[in-house]
Amino acid sequence: MYAQMVKSEATQEDPERLAAFQARIDAGEKIEPKDWMPAGYRKTLIRQIGQHAHSEIVGQLPEGNWITRAPTLERKAILLAKVQDEAGHGLYLYCAAETLGVTRDEMTEMLLDGRMKYSSIFNYPTLTWADMGAVGWLVDGAAIMNQVPLQRTSFGPYSRAMIRVCKEESFHQRQGYDIMMKMCAGTPEQKAMAQNALNRFWYPSLMMFGPSDKDSVHSAQSMAWKIKMNTNDELRQKFVDQTVPQAEYLGLTVPDETLKWNDEKGGYDFAEPDWDEFFEVIQGNGPCNTERLAARNKAWDDGKWVRDGLLAHAEKKAARRVAAE
Amino acid sequence: MTQVDQGQLFEFLCRMGDNTLVLGHRVSEWCGHAPVLEEDIALANTALDLIGQTQMWLGLAAEVEGKGRSADDLAMRRDVWDFRNVLLVEQPNGDFGQTMMRQFLFDAWHLEMLKALTGSSNEQVAAIAAKAVKEVMYHVERSGDTVIGLGDGTSESHKRMQKALDLLWPYVGEMFVADAVDAAMAEAGVAPDLAELRTACDARVGAVLAEATLAIPEGGFAHKGGKTGVQHSEHLGHLLTQMQWLQRAYPGATW
Amino acid sequence: MSSPNAAYPDTPETRTRPKRHEWPLWEVFIRGQHGMSHRHVGSLHAPDEEMAIKNARDVYTRRNEGVSIWVVEARHIAASSPSEKGPLYEPSESKVYRHPTFFDIPDEVGAM
Repeated sequence: MYAQMVKSEATQEDPERLAAFQARIDAGEKIEPKDWMPAGYRKTLIRQIGQHAHSEIVGQLPEGNWITRAPTLERKAILLAKVQDEAGHGLYLYCAAETLGVTRDEMTEMLLDGRMKYSSIFNYPTLTWADMGAVGWLVDGAAIMNQVPLQRTSFGPYSRAMIRVCKEESFHQRQGYDIMMKMCAGTPEQKAMAQNALNRFWYPSLMMFGPSDKDSVHSAQSMAWKIKMNTNDELRQKFVDQTVPQAEYLGLTVPDETLKWNDEKGGYDFAEPDWDEFFEVIQGNGPCNTERLAARNKAWDDGKWVRDGLLAHAEKKAARRVAAE
Repeated sequence: MTQVDQGQLFEFLCRMGDNTLVLGHRVSEWCGHAPVLEEDIALANTALDLIGQTQMWLGLAAEVEGKGRSADDLAMRRDVWDFRNVLLVEQPNGDFGQTMMRQFLFDAWHLEMLKALTGSSNEQVAAIAAKAVKEVMYHVERSGDTVIGLGDGTSESHKRMQKALDLLWPYVGEMFVADAVDAAMAEAGVAPDLAELRTACDARVGAVLAEATLAIPEGGFAHKGGKTGVQHSEHLGHLLTQMQWLQRAYPGATW
Repeated sequence: MSSPNAAYPDTPETRTRPKRHEWPLWEVFIRGQHGMSHRHVGSLHAPDEEMAIKNARDVYTRRNEGVSIWVVEARHIAASSPSEKGPLYEPSESKVYRHPTFFDIPDEVGAM
């Protein structure tokens, strides 16, 4: 979901340096910010880590939408802690990207004016409480599938950020599934709500891995650099294989009539999502693109006086300290 | 020590719990919308502390009431006139400065209250206060620093903070005005004499606002009616329509 | 305003863009419950050191990770450069006796 739509940059450095760089990556060494790296590697990483960070921040919104409507005090606390974690994950990732020579505010502005993207999934609305279950179970499930291998990515700060993210993420999917279990064991209305949420989030979740990229040149470069660890199709297959039995356990029906276990490949055959819809969402025509970007822009614009005010105070305080010495 | 009237104790516990419930709800409204990521995370921590305290206070209130209600029942199934929070905490968030000013004014009272409650004659009250006081010590430090930073920041931030103080100051008095419930609690040693909290609280508020270069509004007028439940502001009802919606729309469901 | 990348002087900075009024970047070090040394846990932005410590508490100790926090502005960190990597680190690589596993201790001696 983060690497999938990132095009890797072509690079025109000295072939000898490139070969030495590639040899380090092949040997499993981590590349650190001060090390030499091809310009394309740097640019691709900024784009990918930035996009990943933006996804965490915009991803706060669909779930934040239900914090004030959570049905119990405990659910409210859990959901709030979870959405807070996403802010934290965004923060770790921005810091990782900053080691590459871009500032967080610059990346933020690129998100706000549309130059940088975030994961398409967060442009879908959360309409019922069951969506909190579906998002945790499916969306975080898909995200984890993508993030676990990225702990081994070649860029040191990115890898370290992902290790921290994954450590914290394990509770997210569980809390989502826990909501689904409660709903499915509840009243008929609650179970219908859960089925409805699965119906709406199934295909958008499959889209999170991006279109098939097995023949993509960009993907091949990113995989050689170990900033993308698996193909989109591999991850999608793994996600479906893991999720279908979980849906069965809940007594819910995956909205795909063609879904069938395939003994030969040892995985499910399943229907592809509607890729036209995917590209529309990426282009800005998803159900909530406008609201999501408007919310981020408002927070940024409304917060300017606060950021400036606290900084001005810090500078005054420092000046007073110097004057007193 | 006199025997505590259980009805009055219930009332007192609802006041403590409703304050943290309503303020925690308000602060949680910021999640995903704060001026900067670090503040977003910090606000969520404050809200989480307050929700946790709510579970303890309302849990004890439900136990004292003895009618088989839970903390969630109290939070999600009472209407406006049964809420006992002070008016200050139900005021809307406004801008970030207004939110932080509200937080600081409440924190300053809350800390002194909790400190006193750690010595409560009621062991359960003392235990809850002992846990909460550590959290609130940090709340007041953080909100106080933010009020100072913004008050003494740019001319715009100063102007906004003065406006927030002018708006919210008339809601401070209610926290210190004792009624029959407070008198009964003080007499039984459950809770402190509210008037006694005022000195320490005023000292802190005065020092912070001075450093923030903000002027405390003149005049002693104080709104009231929140903690007695006699007359809340219109804002509380709207807050409840969100907070209680699922429980009201699907009665009998478990979540 | 500090340069956000001062800890990483090799990263190119496009000096052409206007100077921004951003909160400086801080590196955060935390010592946990068990008496280990302070360890680098990550970075964050804050207007000054007091807020940096508070932010570090809120961001990096959400799960009781630490009891003591250090913050240092990223631009104040001096770091070895990659070209020094050989001379700085290779001598210690040859001193394998510094590592406890260098010594074979008989089992009968017990834990050491």
